[in-house]
Amino acid sequence: MAIARRKFDAVIVGAGGAGMRAALQLSEAGLKVAVLSKVFPTRSHTVAAQGGIAAALGNVTEDNWHWHMYDTVKGSDYLGDQDAIEFMCRQANEVVYELEHFGMPFDRLENGKIYQRPFGGQSQNFGGAQATRSCAAADRTGHAMLHTLYQRNVRANTQFFIEWMGLDLIRDEQGDVLGVTAMEMETGEVMVLEAKATLFATGGAGRIFQASTNAFINTGDGLGMTARAGIPLEDMEFWQFHPTGVYGVGVLISEAVRGEGGYLLNKDGERFMQRYAPHAKDLASRDVVSRALTMEIKEGRGCGKDADHLLLKLDHLGADVINMRLPGIREIAIKFAQVDPIKEPIPVVPTAHYMMGGIPTNFHGQVVAPYKTGPEEVVPGFYAVGECACVSVHGANRLGTNSLLDIIVFGRAAGNQIIEDLKKSPHHKPLPVDVADRTLARLARLESQKGGESVAQVGTALRKTMQAHCGVFRFADMLKEGVAKIGEVAERAAQTEIKDKSKVFNTARIEALELDNLAEVALATMVSAEARNESRGAHARDDFPERDDEKWLKHTLYFSTDRRLDYKPVRLKPMTVESFPPKPRVY
Amino acid sequence: MKELERARWRCRRGLLELDIVLQRFMDRHYLQLSDKDLQQFATLLDLSDNDLWDMVTSRKEPEDAGLRPLLELLQAV
Repeated sequence: MAIARRKFDAVIVGAGGAGMRAALQLSEAGLKVAVLSKVFPTRSHTVAAQGGIAAALGNVTEDNWHWHMYDTVKGSDYLGDQDAIEFMCRQANEVVYELEHFGMPFDRLENGKIYQRPFGGQSQNFGGAQATRSCAAADRTGHAMLHTLYQRNVRANTQFFIEWMGLDLIRDEQGDVLGVTAMEMETGEVMVLEAKATLFATGGAGRIFQASTNAFINTGDGLGMTARAGIPLEDMEFWQFHPTGVYGVGVLISEAVRGEGGYLLNKDGERFMQRYAPHAKDLASRDVVSRALTMEIKEGRGCGKDADHLLLKLDHLGADVINMRLPGIREIAIKFAQVDPIKEPIPVVPTAHYMMGGIPTNFHGQVVAPYKTGPEEVVPGFYAVGECACVSVHGANRLGTNSLLDIIVFGRAAGNQIIEDLKKSPHHKPLPVDVADRTLARLARLESQKGGESVAQVGTALRKTMQAHCGVFRFADMLKEGVAKIGEVAERAAQTEIKDKSKVFNTARIEALELDNLAEVALATMVSAEARNESRGAHARDDFPERDDEKWLKHTLYFSTDRRLDYKPVRLKPMTVESFPPKPRVY
Repeated sequence: MKELERARWRCRRGLLELDIVLQRFMDRHYLQLSDKDLQQFATLLDLSDNDLWDMVTSRKEPEDAGLRPLLELLQAV
């Protein structure tokens, strides 16, 4: 079957903040750039980022990038690569001023400088007083960023392929990446998009969990494509859980509710956080509160007929405070929990929020893998940035406001690296003859499948398995069982059947293809988590409650093709400053 | 052809809140919508996520008052 082909200098999959920042760099340099997106670019999940973007501008209180670097290394529970963290923190001011110059509507101080606000985990003077480091556009920083970048890209002639889904990575015999296969949803046609540089910016994959704050589009498509192409995924056991997602739907209830005096209760009406964090109580850090909720449920003190959630009480704050200081919370509770928080508590559970792991890259955005001789060899032609990448600046735990910084710093860095790399290799390499075979085989399987389960059914099984076996708190027996179970789910995912076989706008087919990617991410997560016999950052093991730097100060690499694990050292040596050696992480 | 599918896909948003509300709306109301409603629904779907969410939660009024009946359905799901 002849497949249509199109050639570009660079193909970017994903049009969130990371993809659009990279695209802008490339288009403004005069390169021919295609950006693929499943949805209209400004509807990417970056829009959900509220907190702001971290940069040590020092507009409100004294600050410097080295303090920011320390906070990030400590926050990562020492799993973050210190060269990448130094790179990110040093560039923060510049990229924020650049966004300002692009027209991003940051909030202002009276003196006209960018307004900054304090945020958890940010300190002055290496763990001293609270820093004021987050630059924000009201509580809609991600939204403002996306719109600013989209407008700039349109002006720079970036070519958007909207409602297109990337399907598989194209690699030749040497392992070089030469583009992607992709499907246009409107026609159902598969096309080969040939590129000298292929960049993935496909975002997170929180939809592998039953309780997730992520939008439905976050199915880990870039990770699935990468894993199928024989490139490992890094540190997939590390997922950040937010303690208060609305039970049953996942919608986030902001930390501001507890900041204003709301607190958590178990089925006995007890303020259980007092037992877990006697000082900070309900305001302890996200991982601590999430673990406490999980313990309460595990020990039978959960609420409701299935004893599977806790309650967030705020009625004592009174209608005025709730309406004035917590805008939007009441609407969310009524709409998604069917309770009016002025009268009743909100049912909540710890909810998957952010994936720290991903496609392994260096701080130039180049994908690195141990596929030839060294553990971190550049995969020519392949780049990744944003939540789908593991650079790794967040290590085992991400700090709030560092993800918007991550996507902008590394989006730009990857753009610059591609410009340099294309000067050295300005021509397209010849495509392999079997260029689209993998993709066509997957589609043919779907077309001819008889007697398989529905995508929805297998998707539900996948999410339930991940939630039960690989959630906030992890138990050896549950993980072991989980590896077997998720393996079975992956088998079932490979045999789903769709009723609609038509070509035009077939969302059933799209969802089946998304499930392939979810299955890759779920397997990588479960297998990596089962093997890591320590607790570090977001990975909390019941049987190994301590961090073990002796044995586990290393990055996990998961290879999908034979479900094998390998490890590589953490980059403890920064670019110019002294290393921050691992210390107990106390706040 | 495939208008339902197109609409369903365009209900995929950047905000989970909207994903859920729009999915409920599709399940409960989409098939009963008149041609005029369908057109207005398409107009709403073209809004940015935050603008649409503000209207769904009654924090912002649509510029076109004609969108109100449809918005009321969205507010109630």
